Amino acid sequence: MLSVDQPYEIVIGLEVHVQLRTTTKLFCRCATQFGAPPNTNVCPVCLGMPGALPVINEHAVQLALQTGLALGSTIPPMTKWDRKQYFYPDLPKGYQISQFDLPICDGGHLTIADPADESQTRTIRLIRAHLEEDAGKSMHDEANGRADSRIDLNRCGTPLLEIVSQPDMRSAAEAKAFLTELKLLLTYLDVSDCEMQEGSLRVDANVNLKIEKAGDTIATPIVEIKNMNSFRAVERAIAHEAQRQYHEWEETGLTIKDRTKRTFGWDDAAERTVPQREKEEAADYRYLPDPDLLPICLSVETVEATRVALAEFPAVARQRLQSDYEIKAYDADVIVNQGRGVVEYFEAVAKGSGDARRASSWIQQDVLRTMKEQGKGIADFAVSADTLAELLGQVSAGKLDNARARDVFQHLLEKRGSVAEAIKALGIESVDAGEIESLCQELLDANPQVVEDVRGGKMQAIGSLIGQAKKKNPNVNPKQFREICLQLIQSAG
Amino acid sequence: MTIPLDSAAKLLGLLASGELTARQATQASLDRIAATDPEVGAFTFVNTEAALAAADSIDQRRRDGQPLGALAGVPIAVKDVLCTTDMPTTCSSRMLEKHMSPYDATVVARLRAADAVIVGKTNMDEFAMGASTETSAFGKTTNPWNPSLTPGGSSGGAAACVAAGDVPLSLGSDTGGSIRQPAAFCGITGLKPTYGRVSRYGLIAFASSLDQVGPMAFDAVDCATLLNAIAGVDASDSTSLPVETPDFTAGLDRIEGELRIGIVKHHLEAEGLDPEVRQAVDDAIEVFRDAGAKIVEVELPHSDYWVPTYYVIAPSEASSNLSRYDGAHYGHRSPVAASEAGDRGPLVATYCRSRGEAFGAEVKRRIMIGMYALSAGYGDKYYVKALQVRRLIRQDFDSAFQNVDLLLGPVTPTPPFAMGEKIDDPLQMYLCDLFTVGANLAGIPALSMPGGLTSNNLPIGIQLQAPPLQEAKLLQAAAAFQRATDWHTKRPL
Repeated sequence: MLSVDQPYEIVIGLEVHVQLRTTTKLFCRCATQFGAPPNTNVCPVCLGMPGALPVINEHAVQLALQTGLALGSTIPPMTKWDRKQYFYPDLPKGYQISQFDLPICDGGHLTIADPADESQTRTIRLIRAHLEEDAGKSMHDEANGRADSRIDLNRCGTPLLEIVSQPDMRSAAEAKAFLTELKLLLTYLDVSDCEMQEGSLRVDANVNLKIEKAGDTIATPIVEIKNMNSFRAVERAIAHEAQRQYHEWEETGLTIKDRTKRTFGWDDAAERTVPQREKEEAADYRYLPDPDLLPICLSVETVEATRVALAEFPAVARQRLQSDYEIKAYDADVIVNQGRGVVEYFEAVAKGSGDARRASSWIQQDVLRTMKEQGKGIADFAVSADTLAELLGQVSAGKLDNARARDVFQHLLEKRGSVAEAIKALGIESVDAGEIESLCQELLDANPQVVEDVRGGKMQAIGSLIGQAKKKNPNVNPKQFREICLQLIQSAG
Repeated sequence: MTIPLDSAAKLLGLLASGELTARQATQASLDRIAATDPEVGAFTFVNTEAALAAADSIDQRRRDGQPLGALAGVPIAVKDVLCTTDMPTTCSSRMLEKHMSPYDATVVARLRAADAVIVGKTNMDEFAMGASTETSAFGKTTNPWNPSLTPGGSSGGAAACVAAGDVPLSLGSDTGGSIRQPAAFCGITGLKPTYGRVSRYGLIAFASSLDQVGPMAFDAVDCATLLNAIAGVDASDSTSLPVETPDFTAGLDRIEGELRIGIVKHHLEAEGLDPEVRQAVDDAIEVFRDAGAKIVEVELPHSDYWVPTYYVIAPSEASSNLSRYDGAHYGHRSPVAASEAGDRGPLVATYCRSRGEAFGAEVKRRIMIGMYALSAGYGDKYYVKALQVRRLIRQDFDSAFQNVDLLLGPVTPTPPFAMGEKIDDPLQMYLCDLFTVGANLAGIPALSMPGGLTSNNLPIGIQLQAPPLQEAKLLQAAAAFQRATDWHTKRPL
């Protein structure tokens, strides 16, 4: 993606830490619940008290396995636990139990829409995904010249799956597309709630540039931007870091060969990446196999049974909605990207109303808009799929026009209840053909110019009468009104 | 009545018949401790009131006809490496000088469930690192046979308090010989069970893949009774073995079938093996031959690598296990650190100062060895290589046990040595483990029993080793030996 504005290519690899949706921690039975008072969801095991020993939470292993299978990873027959040693105040054991050389998921890939050309896809390869325990949280209070640090160890031992990509992404938009699709997949699988504001999904980005100069390709030193917890932050941090690296290279000329990887943070307020304290020496984690935990051997039967039981992936859902419901790729995409709840809602409405396209268009416009306005999820949506299906069924059958259907929908949103109740409450009655005919005649008589225009071929002239007709009788079906008017003009002609 | 504090079996008989109350037994133990401990120094903590209260509760329940545990009313001492809620758990280290564990070790909970009366915690080498109990931060324990000699280590206090007649039973822990070597030095019987036979939950880790809790007593029968109380799978320890726990006291009056005893000639000809120890081993061989055992020569080709392999693996795991003592969460925090933070910042100063102040020389030495052996560039050369050799060592035992039921040999190269004799020569101290570390590296059970006295009237131990989970066989053979000899009845003058 070289251009005059951007005389370089960005190379991005992501490390995504996903909190798995278990009720208890990875190596003890403490709750993983977010927002508990500090240091209340803790026990000797997650506090690293002398003598305490870890015991694996098998649910976490199962969720990691599901994720790996969905990402096309190879699941090795044996996976083990290692200790990663470093001193940090929110790491009570002085080591983190993680996986070093035998991760639970090896390789894999994720296919995303190419942000530069939506009709194309890009496949981002994965290196691995491994399980590990989270550390605690340090809170630094440096107000009033004091330097208090408080440590909350509630998060210690929370199960994380770290998904590591190859450096296959070439723009901030691609990184964002990767994260969006990954989050969608994880929520489809129900392996994580991906609540980024609660830290359930955190991202580190490894970024450097390839600069073309005089027929040579120069790579800039790699920077790891740590711990971003919004997609917007990731996108902006990468964009900023690319600029920063380019300017730095212009100034210093340093390449990847001259400098080891550095760690930066993202300052959201200042909108810039900032270097974090450089380590005096390269980190030496002194990995060793954790002697307190046995290796996990996953049988072929377990892996296959998990594969068979996997929930539908978003990519599969997109294809299926197109073929089963004959809706456009774009529409399928919008629905699927809203998550599994919206897909299920759509399918119920499509089947119940017998009109998938109408269901698709109503959901994309009315339902999603309302959800956004109300800030609610589909699970809390006031109009159930069955109710909406009934309403749209009546529209398709010609019993209600779209405008009246929207009135009913609005009524249902506010008052709930059934479609029949809403119709009754709004005073909607079906108008018989004779009544409409006399109304048509009356208006045509009063508007000879319209009759003239229609005869001259300007069919849309009737539109101006529809408004008047609705004023006189709100229950008039505009489509029916229009047809009868045309018949009257023709027969009079 | 003389209260027989040298036999749990006799005590249990008297308690059951009502000739003795638990309070009387406990008071006798406490009185004996008061008399001997000023010189022996076996205890780091004596829990007088709680022990008497526990005894009273047992007596009350006996009077009420309620069911009682298998050790009801028997005084017992517990090595200070095991977590207890009602006594400090210090590992004989300044680091944990005031540490009160929030939970009981599984073995301690099992002792309480068996209604044993825990009278106190016993002295040890700091963090179980040593072979003389001289590295304790809280003073030395002397050998009850001669106060100028060490009781061995690291379970020196646990061995000495039995030898001194304070309690009939104690619990020790054995990482490289820490039950067997002090048992040999103090003239008692000690058993290191199969790795995983007894839960490690609440045993403060030294080297997790080698540590094992085990019983110490005057004879094999009492060891069996104590092993019954503590053995068995524990859901809190992933490495505890999911196997049935047999009644180890059953069938101790006979040896089932032909007993084939293996002798490792290489060990009997080892440089530095004291002639009197050698003689005791030869005598023990004759005792078994007279009892009808078949004596077979076997080879353990990799036994020259036991000590070097052990002294890579044990310090590596120790350096990891001890990294949790960082001055942040529990244990010693340097009061000086904050004031002298300097360039390193208060955090690093706290780590360095706290660990520097609270760990003793031997602990520091092993942390340094372990850090080095695991560090980048050396991990493969030392740690991974040691793991490979460890596998060969296990294979040696497997092959040997194809032809024999048990192995017989010395426990220690020498009889008890003098205080200060080896403390400044770590390599000499490490060689005390010459014959014992093999069992820890292979995970097999091994027992030490009194097998003679030197010309200076000092105990000599005989070691028996068995295939995994064959503790019953070890105890049977030891009980047979103790019927044929009276070494286990010898007491310090």
